Amino acid sequence: MTDISMTSEQNKSQTGKIVLRWLLYIALGLFALFYLMPLFVMITTSLKSLDEIRTGDLIALPREVTFDAWRTAWSGACTGIQCEGVQPYFWNSILIAIPAVAISTLLGAMNGYVVAQWRFRGANIIFSLMLFGCFIPFQVVLLPMARTLGIMGIAGTIPGLIFVHVIYGLGFTTLFFRNYYVSIPAELTKAAKVDGAGFFRIFWSIFLPLSLPIIVVTVIWQFTQIWNDFLFGVSFSQAGTQPVTVALNNIVNSTTGVKEYNVDMAAAIIAALPTLFVYVVAGKYFIRGLTAGSVKG
Amino acid sequence: MSPILDINNLYKSYGTTEILKDINVSIEPGDFLVLVGPSGCGKSTLLNCIAGLEPITGGSISIGGKDMTHVSPKDRDIAMVFQSYALYPTMTVAKNITFGMKVRGVDQATQDKKLAQVAAQLQIEPLLNRRPGQLSGGQRQRVAMGRALVRDPKLFLFDEPLSNLDAKLRVEMRTEIKALHQNLGASMVYVTHDQIEAMTLATKIVVMKGGVIQQIGSPAEIYNRPANLFVADFMGSPAMNLIPAKAHCDDEGTRIEITRKSGEPIVLTDTKNRNLPEDVILGVRPEDIADPDLRGSESTQAAECLIDIVEPAGADTFAVMQLGGKHVTARLHAETTAKPGQPKRLSFDLGKVSYFAPETGLRLN
Repeated sequence: MTDISMTSEQNKSQTGKIVLRWLLYIALGLFALFYLMPLFVMITTSLKSLDEIRTGDLIALPREVTFDAWRTAWSGACTGIQCEGVQPYFWNSILIAIPAVAISTLLGAMNGYVVAQWRFRGANIIFSLMLFGCFIPFQVVLLPMARTLGIMGIAGTIPGLIFVHVIYGLGFTTLFFRNYYVSIPAELTKAAKVDGAGFFRIFWSIFLPLSLPIIVVTVIWQFTQIWNDFLFGVSFSQAGTQPVTVALNNIVNSTTGVKEYNVDMAAAIIAALPTLFVYVVAGKYFIRGLTAGSVKG
Repeated sequence: MSPILDINNLYKSYGTTEILKDINVSIEPGDFLVLVGPSGCGKSTLLNCIAGLEPITGGSISIGGKDMTHVSPKDRDIAMVFQSYALYPTMTVAKNITFGMKVRGVDQATQDKKLAQVAAQLQIEPLLNRRPGQLSGGQRQRVAMGRALVRDPKLFLFDEPLSNLDAKLRVEMRTEIKALHQNLGASMVYVTHDQIEAMTLATKIVVMKGGVIQQIGSPAEIYNRPANLFVADFMGSPAMNLIPAKAHCDDEGTRIEITRKSGEPIVLTDTKNRNLPEDVILGVRPEDIADPDLRGSESTQAAECLIDIVEPAGADTFAVMQLGGKHVTARLHAETTAKPGQPKRLSFDLGKVSYFAPETGLRLN
């Protein structure tokens, strides 16, 4: 008797568990659908012709798939008076983002190494000031930065934009590397000093090879920030040096007459592709790297 | 011969906190110097100062007869083994050992020769291509030693190298370090908080407390003639019995009177030491309170004592009793008849007794 009641009891809790599990999956699925909806609309719209957009439903699948809008967005859409699509600006963004990411990551690594492992008088104050730099809103630095770029003679150029992004990113990259290096025992540096290695030797031979997880985190963070930046891009560029975000805005806002939604959508997806790509390729290292700081090196 | 390491009037402070005060130590070539003391006594800081990893506030350090006070660590002709081993995590064992030579620009053939030599000496040849993460604690310890040995320095520095190992391995490695010292005839400075490590390894011990040297001497001197109450209590296990007593000096010698909670005081006669003040603290090692049948020298005297606790430890049995208001430990032989709660006749050997002044804690005899 007791055995039978026991098993039915167990069965009940078992079914309860399964129901709960399914409810959980359904809820998660709904959230995922909700978040994917804009992407879905963007992709389907970019594959429709203008006629179909005008007559059809927003969330309907395209009746006829056409890549015309993508072609136009890449090489024919007008940004103001020029009609070259986002292509030249896409290359501008790459020319800005890659050096800016590389330089800010390397400098951040070196700053973090100094602040964490070569304690000097005032190291904490300097680190706090750099941290403070993370919290300064973009808008605050616009005017002083414009003046600085003017004095340096690189206003409106791609090197100018690289410089701006490196400076603005240093606070974050230093913070990332400092927190990573602070968990590495100081005896490692001491041992290397006794072995005869100097400041740079220890950095190159011992600390950089240890840093892959945090380098991935920093590169993803910096690349996303710099690629997606609009305010610096629009403020410190001129015709010919604008990044893709600015070009996208111009395509969407400067068209007259019929609004080409399919071209706008295609251009927006093109502009977002590189960051998507970086996340897909390095995403798992990103999570790993964010938690790696707490583990001893 | 000139001293291999000579430290004169060394001071070290962080801001206004003095970490090390007026340190004077010198050792001869081939000496094994152990810096021992409780945590926070400044022994590791002193080692870092010798290595040049910490700048000093005052005084001077010379190594091998050369003034090294302001010389950087790499030019001091030293090698150091750290508590956490501090192996380079991304390099193989072989690269860890040869890193120093590579930095110095030693040619590849010499590097290979020295690596092979050290690997054979420490029996770590099978590990050369592994990374530190794939090694056990004892193996890491060996590699760290290899990295020091390969330099063939004037002075080896060890910063608590055994404290991350388990008890059994620690004893093994201790013996190995001692063997290494004997075979190489090298000069070593070794930091530990473990007084047994200090006693077994050292040819010379420095006992430190609060940044001040308490006593410098051979292990036997430190053990038999501790300079003050701190050294007496710190060195030796079980610790030296420190019993408050009254001393009365006359022509025969000194009568030492130890009060007891119950019954008459114990009175012992010391014929060697005179001119003691009335209040003293008597320092007797546990092995100098023993079963009466074992000792027959003239300095031993028997007294009846009430045993409180009996602790068999295999080779010896420790008996604990109350004398002069303190717990007193006696080291009896394994088959002793002592039983808790029963009186037992014990012999006190005053041949190696120490007397300390209660107020200052300093040694009187």
